[in-house]
Amino acid sequence: MNLTDVALEIRRRTLKSLYSAQSGHPGPSLSIVEMLSTLFFKEMNIKGEERDRFILSKGHAAASFYAVLSILGHISEDQLLTLREMGSPLQGHPVKGTLPLVDASTGSLGQGLSIGIGYALGIKLKGQDRRVYVIIGDGESQEGQIWEAAMAAPKFKLGNLLVIVDYNKYQNDGAVKDIMPLDPLADKWKSFGWHVQEVDGHDMDALTEAYQNARKERDKPSVIVANTMKGKGISFMEGEMSWHSKAMKPEEYESAMNELGVKPDE
Amino acid sequence: MSKSTRDAFGESLLEVGESNKKIVVVSCDLSGATRTKAFGKKFPDRFFEVGIAEQNGISVAAGLAMEGFRPFISSFGAFITGRYDQIRISCAYTKAPVVIVGTHAGLAIGKDGATQMGIEDINKMSGIPGMQIFQPADAIETKQIIEYLSKNNELAYLRLSRQPQETVHKPDYIFEFNKGKVLKEGKDLTIIATGDTVQSSLQSAEELAKKGIDLDVINISTLKPIDKELILEYAKKRPGIITVEDHSIIGGLGSRVCEIIAEAGLKTKVKRLGINDCFGESGKPEDLYRKHGLDKEGIIKSIKEFSENL
Repeated sequence: MNLTDVALEIRRRTLKSLYSAQSGHPGPSLSIVEMLSTLFFKEMNIKGEERDRFILSKGHAAASFYAVLSILGHISEDQLLTLREMGSPLQGHPVKGTLPLVDASTGSLGQGLSIGIGYALGIKLKGQDRRVYVIIGDGESQEGQIWEAAMAAPKFKLGNLLVIVDYNKYQNDGAVKDIMPLDPLADKWKSFGWHVQEVDGHDMDALTEAYQNARKERDKPSVIVANTMKGKGISFMEGEMSWHSKAMKPEEYESAMNELGVKPDE
Repeated sequence: MSKSTRDAFGESLLEVGESNKKIVVVSCDLSGATRTKAFGKKFPDRFFEVGIAEQNGISVAAGLAMEGFRPFISSFGAFITGRYDQIRISCAYTKAPVVIVGTHAGLAIGKDGATQMGIEDINKMSGIPGMQIFQPADAIETKQIIEYLSKNNELAYLRLSRQPQETVHKPDYIFEFNKGKVLKEGKDLTIIATGDTVQSSLQSAEELAKKGIDLDVINISTLKPIDKELILEYAKKRPGIITVEDHSIIGGLGSRVCEIIAEAGLKTKVKRLGINDCFGESGKPEDLYRKHGLDKEGIIKSIKEFSENL
């Protein structure tokens, strides 16, 4: 499967599970699809004990992460439909220990980057060549702990750490610029001592190139400020604030799946 | 012999760190006061200074734990337990077994005052699922608890004191997880104490014995889980129990004892000695203890009143 096909499939399965659950976060899950596609199907080493670490610090985007895990064969298509049900390994926010490749229990924003630093330090102490990838949100970047972590990673010269900011410009109650503006965001990271790149977060070639550039930094942690759109891939969800956390009606689901090239009964 | 439990911790950490290479330390700019400095000097690669950023420190420690290390993170109890959600989610919910060390427990720290005192820390940590809580009464016990923690892989909160404490255990004492220790057998009433207050409880019991009140004194050093069996054994034998802690009477040792006795339907009366739902303040430790009835005379007075009103 090429990355574009993967991204499409991630979107399909994301919506399938969200529709079944009638609860969850479509907007934030869809904005990270290209990141997930490039990370899990090209960039990261996800096999075996000595694999890379991945933390979805913005844990509410779980639905698309689970979609990835199902494509990788860790979740069956039936199980996908149990999202958010009691007893399902597909908890509302990812829980370490329930599924493979879940390296932290996230959902309480601001903590995942620090956990990633802990992993990166441990890996470095062992003298291993593994990498740590953390996706954080823009709203999440308002949490003070993110900046505690931002100060720390350069101190420890964590060249094995890559952070991607899902800069989709909206959060729970409004636009980031109205709630608590972050700009100039890239400048902030730069001033903290990070290697910084800004890319179109839906351009998989740009993302892939950015990962390569990040790998070259041996003594500095890297951050990619990915400009994205909430709800990307579904025309009526794109940039629409209300789709942060909303259940799809049947006609909305049908329409969305149509756009993704899926017939209603598939 | 008089040594603070924080000193015993520092020495013991160095010893276990020698043999157990998985032990690492996360420091929040208090390695001097919390006695992790010597470890940092000896094992600089395994010592991570994150500065005055405890939230980051706690979650970093969680990541290290999940990468297979045994992290100890230390700060004053008030501060580290104050970063509650990181402990709750990064450590407990994520199942990242970190040892969280909170020093400077209680009023006993004295002149630095209220903000530096760990007064509600046991209460805070008790509500977290999967959290074990320890408070040693002396240096001997501290060392054994550190040895225990270096071998097990559970999430734990270790409460330590700043000031030197007398040894209350015999040299052949062996710490047992979740087992309280009867330090003195009496017959009238039972004192159950933890940490620094064990020594003053023993002193009070010695004096009260001359006045015809014969007290048991029990040291509880595992606060979560707690030795229900032992507590019930004495609750059944005696009409009254006095609990003593340099901690709020809300949510600490006293509250646990009350829960256990009430749920068993026993009629044993309980008197909780500790800090009565207020903040500390600056002052000499002995003055503060006197004000809050936690000194020997204060404990004696409370027990006499309690005994007369049973």
